[in-house]
Amino acid sequence: MRPEPAFEAPWHAQLFALTVHLNEAGVFAWADWAARFGATLKTHGLARDLNGGDDYFAAWLETLEGLLADQEIAAPEDVKAMRAAWEAAYLRTEHGAPVTLKS
Amino acid sequence: MPHDHSDHDHPHSLLPSDPALRVKALETILTQKGLVDPAALDEIIDTYENRIGPRNGAEVVARAWSDPEFKAGLLENADPLLAELGFYGRQGEHMVVVENTDDVHNMVVCTLCSCYPWPLLGIPPGWYKSDAYRARAVREPRKVLAEFGVTLPEGCAVRVWDSTAEVRYLVLPQRPKDTDGLDASALADLVSRDSMIGCGLAGAS
Repeated sequence: MRPEPAFEAPWHAQLFALTVHLNEAGVFAWADWAARFGATLKTHGLARDLNGGDDYFAAWLETLEGLLADQEIAAPEDVKAMRAAWEAAYLRTEHGAPVTLKS
Repeated sequence: MPHDHSDHDHPHSLLPSDPALRVKALETILTQKGLVDPAALDEIIDTYENRIGPRNGAEVVARAWSDPEFKAGLLENADPLLAELGFYGRQGEHMVVVENTDDVHNMVVCTLCSCYPWPLLGIPPGWYKSDAYRARAVREPRKVLAEFGVTLPEGCAVRVWDSTAEVRYLVLPQRPKDTDGLDASALADLVSRDSMIGCGLAGAS
C-alpha cells in the first residue's frame, strides 16, 4: 500500500512551504499565525463543514494574504496584479512550454 | 477576468486554479522582495513529502516500549529526548507524550486549526484537518473512534487533548500482546500513524 501523499495538490504544498519559510525567517510568530488561521477557519466554517483539503488550504491562503497585507509586505492590489500577470503568462504560453512572466 | 473557453480552441498552457495563481503571485512578490528563497521552499516541500513522516513517531514509540528509562523520560519531559533524536519542532512548540493504558485512551485534535506534531508524524491527513473531525472529536469521541474501528472496553475512559500552536501531543499506544521477541524495527512496524493520534490501536492493521 502506498502511503497517502502529504499534499493533495501542488499549490497546497507550495503554500505550506511559503508559510513555514516566512515563519522561520521571523516574519511572523507561529502562535500569531495559528490564531489568525483558526479565526479564518471558523468564519469559513459557519456556512458549511469544511473539508481538510481545498477548503482548508483556501482558508490558509486567505489568512496568509491578510497577514502579509497587514504587515505591508504584499498589498492586495499588488497580489491581484501579479496574479493577473501570471494568468496572462499561462494564456499566451504554448502548451508544454515553460511559463514565465516576461514575454 | 472570466475566461470562457474550450481547451481545444486555445492550445495554451493549462491555466492553474485561482488559488494556485494567488499562491504563485505571493511567491513571486516575496521572492522579488528577497524574503523568500525558492530553493528553500523546494527543500521544505521535499522534507515534508519524502523525509518526515509517521515512521519517526513509530521509532519513538517502539523505543519507549522496550526501554523503561526512555519511556519515563518521554512522559516526564519529551522535548530534550526528542531533540536528541533530531525530532524537534520547527515552530518551537513543546511536545507532550500521553500514554494509553487499560484505564485511559488518549486522542488528539486541534479544535483551533490543525496543530500537529510535524517532526514526528509529518503532515496531518485530510480528515484531521476537516471540520467534521475537529468538532466531533471533542463532542463525541467514542463515536469517532468507532468510525475508525476502535472499540474500547467499557471501563476505559477517553481523554481528548486539544493541540495548540505551543503544545502538540503524541499518543503512546499500548504495546500489543505477544510481541516480546520483536526488535525495534519490527515493533515500529506495528505503530500506525492513527495509533499515535489516538484514532487507532497499535498492531491493528
